[in-house]
Amino acid sequence: MTDTAASGVTQCFQLKSASVSMTALELYFFEESEFEQTLRDKINQAPGFFKDIPLIISLEKYEGLSSELDFFKIIGTCRRHNIHVIGVRGGNDDQRRLARGAALALLPGGSQRDRDISEPAVDATDSNASSVAAAPNKAQTGSPGHTEPGEPVPARIVSQPVRSGQQVYAPEGDLIILASVQAGAEVLAAGNVHVYGPLRGRALAGIHGAEHARVFCQSLEAELVSIAGHYKISEDLQDNGWKTAVQIQLKDDLLVVTPLDKG
Amino acid sequence: MGKTTTSASISTGLAKLGHKTVVIDFDVGLRNLDLIMNCERRVVYDFVNVIQGEASLNQALIKDKRVETLYILPASQTREKEALTKEGVEKVINELSERFDYIVCDSPAGIEHGALMALYYADEAIVVTNPEVSSVRDSDRILGILQSKSRRAEMGQDPVKEHLLLTRYNPDRVEKGEMLSVADVEEILAIPLLGVIPESQIVLNASNQGVPVILEEESDAGQAYEDAVARLLGEEREHRFMSSQKKGFFSRMFKGG
Ligand SMILES: Nc1ncnc2c1ncn2[C@@H]1O[C@H](COP(=O)(O)OP(=O)(O)O)[C@@H](O)[C@H]1O
Ligand SMILES: [Mg+2]
Repeated sequence: MTDTAASGVTQCFQLKSASVSMTALELYFFEESEFEQTLRDKINQAPGFFKDIPLIISLEKYEGLSSELDFFKIIGTCRRHNIHVIGVRGGNDDQRRLARGAALALLPGGSQRDRDISEPAVDATDSNASSVAAAPNKAQTGSPGHTEPGEPVPARIVSQPVRSGQQVYAPEGDLIILASVQAGAEVLAAGNVHVYGPLRGRALAGIHGAEHARVFCQSLEAELVSIAGHYKISEDLQDNGWKTAVQIQLKDDLLVVTPLDKG
Repeated sequence: MGKTTTSASISTGLAKLGHKTVVIDFDVGLRNLDLIMNCERRVVYDFVNVIQGEASLNQALIKDKRVETLYILPASQTREKEALTKEGVEKVINELSERFDYIVCDSPAGIEHGALMALYYADEAIVVTNPEVSSVRDSDRILGILQSKSRRAEMGQDPVKEHLLLTRYNPDRVEKGEMLSVADVEEILAIPLLGVIPESQIVLNASNQGVPVILEEESDAGQAYEDAVARLLGEEREHRFMSSQKKGFFSRMFKGG
């Protein structure tokens, strides 16, 4: 037991302000088997990434009936795939009541992608000492100082080859690999992925949905490249820029490969 | 693959140069090393007996009959693989390191428990690869494990020193495009090349007779292993046996040199 210096009283805990980047599942309608199938597909694209992540259900684009919103089934299905639903965002009063009934936290709606996330992100019914900012698209704004004052999220830098069976993950910013990413290896980032060596494995950029994220590599030999969930596998990549230095970006929901020397 | 063949030849080569060397078989259940070392009939106690305190190291170590400073610590044929515990292996390796200059650990295939135990305490690793895509991929995996799961990695010490040994190399088949070339494998794995051992009938014959092929001093495979040992000890030697040459050329060269 420790005395807190400030108060001089013995306390069990202290509340701190925390800001966490999270993944939001934007639900359009709910049908159990289709939901599970889609979830499975998403997980297959990036198996390691989804393990034990917290997830919020975003109801802003929900078009189904409120009565079809079975949060217990949603939570259960996600749990079976090691994903933890912690709350809902948006939705009408009925939907939010259902969510509350399933012990989910209620986060205020923010329908705009580039919404100002400096607005209080916590429902008044929650503790007012802590704040949880659900900002799945945070990396997308690209304007420094917009999300957090001061330091940008530092890139994760790896100087060794990423070997088969290994996974390297940058949950908030960019990922920079100063060596090769080998076949059977996987690199993931909330922001951009840079590989200053051959990219032979899988590279996933913008894994929280940042569509402006890009993948850069010295030699494109990848098994899979994904940006914000849009992906191409090796055989679809081979026609263009294969084994050369390229960047890959998302344009109109399509992955576009361009040689690096042509900017 | 060639791991046991390589362990036998590298340890024999080190011992031949006068280094006190012990080679440990980590392949619990299979026990190949003592066949290649021709000491299978002299096995009384094994590695697991020592770990479990049923025998002393002295009782279990088998002295090689050909090379003065070489000893073999055989694997158990009967025990469960889990009998190799981290603590047990550490105890044995600590004890051996007081008596020997080199401890060569022959790893079983794969990335399961036995392989992890064999590499955990390593200072240097010789990654044995065949010139095939699947084998290179397995080696890449092992390199990842050396980087992340070895004791050096866990303790944040200098990384395990990695060496690439390409074996069962057949230049003719490389030329026909049926196998990866040395350059391909080096390019993919990006670790220093310790040696290239040609595919050779002599290796098979030697292991069937219980002779580590490095003792077949006239053979190309034997010489390739000898070169590898010299490089392991820091000597610089040209790589040989990498291109397809007429047989006569090599035999002439060896007689002359
Ligand atoms: N350079 C080589 N040329 C021909 N055969 C080889 C060569 N190296 C190994 N072999 C053979 O391949 C088989 C497997 O070798 P071994 O060393 O026991 O592999 P591992 O220990 O990796 O399973 C053995 O029959 C061995 O004689
Ligand atoms: Mg073996």
